[in-house]
Amino acid sequence: MGELIDYRLRVNGVERDVAEAWLGESLLYVLRERLGLPGSKNACLQGECGSCSVLMDGNLVCACMVLAASAVGSEIVTVEGLTPGENELSDIQASFLAEGGVQCGFCTPGLVVSVHDLLEHNPDPTELEVREAISGNLCRCTGYGRILAAVKAAQESRQR
Amino acid sequence: MSTSLRSRQGRLGESVARPDGVPKVRGQFAFSSDLFAEGMLWAHIVRSPHPSAVIRNIDVSAALRMPGVRAVITSDDIPGRKTFGLDYPDQPVFAWEVIRYLGEAVAAVAADHPETARRAAAAIVVEYEPTEPLTDPVAALEAAPVHPLGNVFHRQRVRRGDPEAAGAVVVEGYYETGMQDQAQLGPESGLAIPSGDGGIDLYVATQWLHIDQEQLAACLAVPLDQVRVHLAGVGGAFGAREDLSMQVQISLLALRTGRPVKIVYDREESFLGHVHRHPAFMWYRHHADAEGNLVKVEARIVLDGGAYQSSSFAVTVNAACFAPGPYKVPNAVIEAVSVRTNNPPCGAMRGFGATQTCFAYEAQMDKLAAALGLDPIELRLRNALKHGDTLITGQVLNGTAPVAEVIRTCATAPLPEEGPGMTAELSLPGGAGRTADRGRIKRGVGFAVGIKNLMFSGGYDDYSEARCRLENGVAIITCAAVEVGQGFVTLAQQITREVLGVDDVILAPANTIGIASAGSTSASRQTWMSGGAVQAACLAVRDRLFDSIAAKHDIAAGVLEIVDGRVVSLGGQVDVAVLEAAPGEVFEETVMYRHPQTFELDENGQGNNNVSYAFAAHRAVVDVDLDLGLVRVVEITTSQDVGRVLNPLQLVGQLEGGIAQGVGLAVMEEIVLDNGRVRNPSFTDYVIPTALDMPPVHIAAFIEQPEPGSPMGAKGAGEPPLVSSHCAVVAAIRAATGLELPRVPVRPQDIALAGTNGPSGRPSHKDIAEVLP
Repeated sequence: MGELIDYRLRVNGVERDVAEAWLGESLLYVLRERLGLPGSKNACLQGECGSCSVLMDGNLVCACMVLAASAVGSEIVTVEGLTPGENELSDIQASFLAEGGVQCGFCTPGLVVSVHDLLEHNPDPTELEVREAISGNLCRCTGYGRILAAVKAAQESRQR
Repeated sequence: MSTSLRSRQGRLGESVARPDGVPKVRGQFAFSSDLFAEGMLWAHIVRSPHPSAVIRNIDVSAALRMPGVRAVITSDDIPGRKTFGLDYPDQPVFAWEVIRYLGEAVAAVAADHPETARRAAAAIVVEYEPTEPLTDPVAALEAAPVHPLGNVFHRQRVRRGDPEAAGAVVVEGYYETGMQDQAQLGPESGLAIPSGDGGIDLYVATQWLHIDQEQLAACLAVPLDQVRVHLAGVGGAFGAREDLSMQVQISLLALRTGRPVKIVYDREESFLGHVHRHPAFMWYRHHADAEGNLVKVEARIVLDGGAYQSSSFAVTVNAACFAPGPYKVPNAVIEAVSVRTNNPPCGAMRGFGATQTCFAYEAQMDKLAAALGLDPIELRLRNALKHGDTLITGQVLNGTAPVAEVIRTCATAPLPEEGPGMTAELSLPGGAGRTADRGRIKRGVGFAVGIKNLMFSGGYDDYSEARCRLENGVAIITCAAVEVGQGFVTLAQQITREVLGVDDVILAPANTIGIASAGSTSASRQTWMSGGAVQAACLAVRDRLFDSIAAKHDIAAGVLEIVDGRVVSLGGQVDVAVLEAAPGEVFEETVMYRHPQTFELDENGQGNNNVSYAFAAHRAVVDVDLDLGLVRVVEITTSQDVGRVLNPLQLVGQLEGGIAQGVGLAVMEEIVLDNGRVRNPSFTDYVIPTALDMPPVHIAAFIEQPEPGSPMGAKGAGEPPLVSSHCAVVAAIRAATGLELPRVPVRPQDIALAGTNGPSGRPSHKDIAEVLP
């Protein structure tokens, strides 16, 4: 592989150096394998499952479909960046836990990012809007029932 | 906004939060694909592009010359047994001489970077001579063998009563179920680290650590205790991880290079690299008397096992034993056979043989009801198994069998009030495509009920070992039971708190070091088996604690009990918190738990081959676009026989999740094969339900009749949701369309183009009644 390059990414508010990376590496690969941020998951690597959902300049994207080198200059936020300090959870994370929205957990980080994005843009979605908003995030364990309950709980807690 | 973490407490019967939940929601839980070791290499596996071929030559020289490539291995490099398999080791780690399915592993590479490994794999030159694949499972019965062991994996007959018995009303049918994929989200992945003593430490997502260890030791030719298998985070399983996938390959590469080796499949490789649900081809004939009492069931069932055996034996036994469903049948003539083809290997998937036959017997029950002019629910109630009845295997149902209860509670639950006229456009058939013409949408309601055995059967020595250590009020539980998402870790803590009255329960990592097997996380068995082992270990520790306290107070241990976290005696001499009951003392007990013995079936399929059975009923409401053949599942209602509810929230999760896979099987999911080639190995083309596809699930009832012999009274709950839910959906589509729909999944063309093509996409199809006389 002759195409090794150096660049810098801004992830979760921190400048991170990427050294001697193959040009073809996806943002997901760089986050997971070079920057120590494995919270974004790799269920399909085809942009179909949403397990690698991250925010790129405020837009929800599949990190597996973004070339890492093309993300230079963008603000990247991953599930780790949406997580408060040690011993704390975001309201969405706490709702996923309390409402039984977590089984194997492989889809969970991507869903946490998606739901965060949804409630930022639409604080009071209908159930159908929630279903549509998370329909890009596949879950194979839960059948979505407890995930929808978790979104509802987070939504209601923000309105109190 | 944020929430502080509360301490997690809770005993049996409560919706206790999962102990791995916090790292999972934070993105900090270490799945098998998240692992890292200093200096690790990346592996890539070369797979056959042909379903059937002869290997003329493998040239790895170009790959080996590439910078960054550290090792290339083929079958010649396997020091031990060159094959693996759950029941019988007939599957090559790497194919040599012959390719028997598309995607079969041929070689593997380890390199510094995953892209280098991928390019090196592409540079390996394999000379194949493609041969005509055998892909028709019915033809396979008489075709030339595709393996020296022949084309029949197992033939299971069940004969009960009078084979000549006949009823006044007879219905006949032919049914097929497609090849479903587990589609667990976590890809096959792991990290193998050479231990320096010639052994290996393998961190992997699996369903059964000790069976991996056994098979690895045989293939690597390394003593068992030098193969240490550690559970890495498992991103779902559903049967896909019961067989080995890449465990041997990366372990060999690690031993060869002396460096840690990691592998992560992409989704296409995952689809090609694990077993699927056996497609089934089923001919049925039901006899009933004029009142609707079942007289006889005849069934001939062919299961496509694909290229290698995997768990085809037990799937075949299940298909045969559950051929009539949860009904009392005095006479039965059942023949089930699993065959070898050049299709992808099939093995375990949630429901395991019972899911396939349910599709046929429940369609037959609806047909029979129509022929009798009886209400289909009434027909099912009339024939429902109950405690004390005899199954077609001759086994008497000594456990609970609330079949009538699950049917009644599910069937009488209220139906949705709104018709399709009121539905939002996005929730109509076709969804985001917005193709539906409301006037051409028809609503249908369907019903189905199923039976599933729990735990391993047929005389298998099924056990689980657990250890409990209690010190200063903190309990440590060690057990090799694999957590795949189902919540065993939660349950283990609940059981320990319940027995010992402690709050702090630490779960030691699951691995093969210093603890015996817990058996597989499959067959709905871990709550009973490993739950039973944990309970027994905790009880043994509690007895030791009581002995110690009793000796100090000069009282009999028998007067002590634990109430609300305190050890108290009947006479009132002792009343002390468990936390302070025995300062500095350590109590440790290891217990191996076994369920009651089962027995192999005899040549007529007679015998007490199962420990326990669970039942569930499903009612589906669907909207069907009659013109485009698109289906929207509106609602599923269910009742399930669960013995006892141990964690309501987790139980709901099992039901909803299993039903989602049933909805998928009903109308979406199928591995599409074209002469042995998988046409849809991606989430683009193999579609599973999204949040927009999945309807609300209403749980009409958990039927709680504690199961005798079950350590906590509970029955395993994971599989019954996927035994009959797809059948209810298809029954609802039949009700809406009036079509026979003998095949699942129901595709749009099966509805919109009904009558223009046959039930099967297979190239040839003989009447299986002829080949299985």
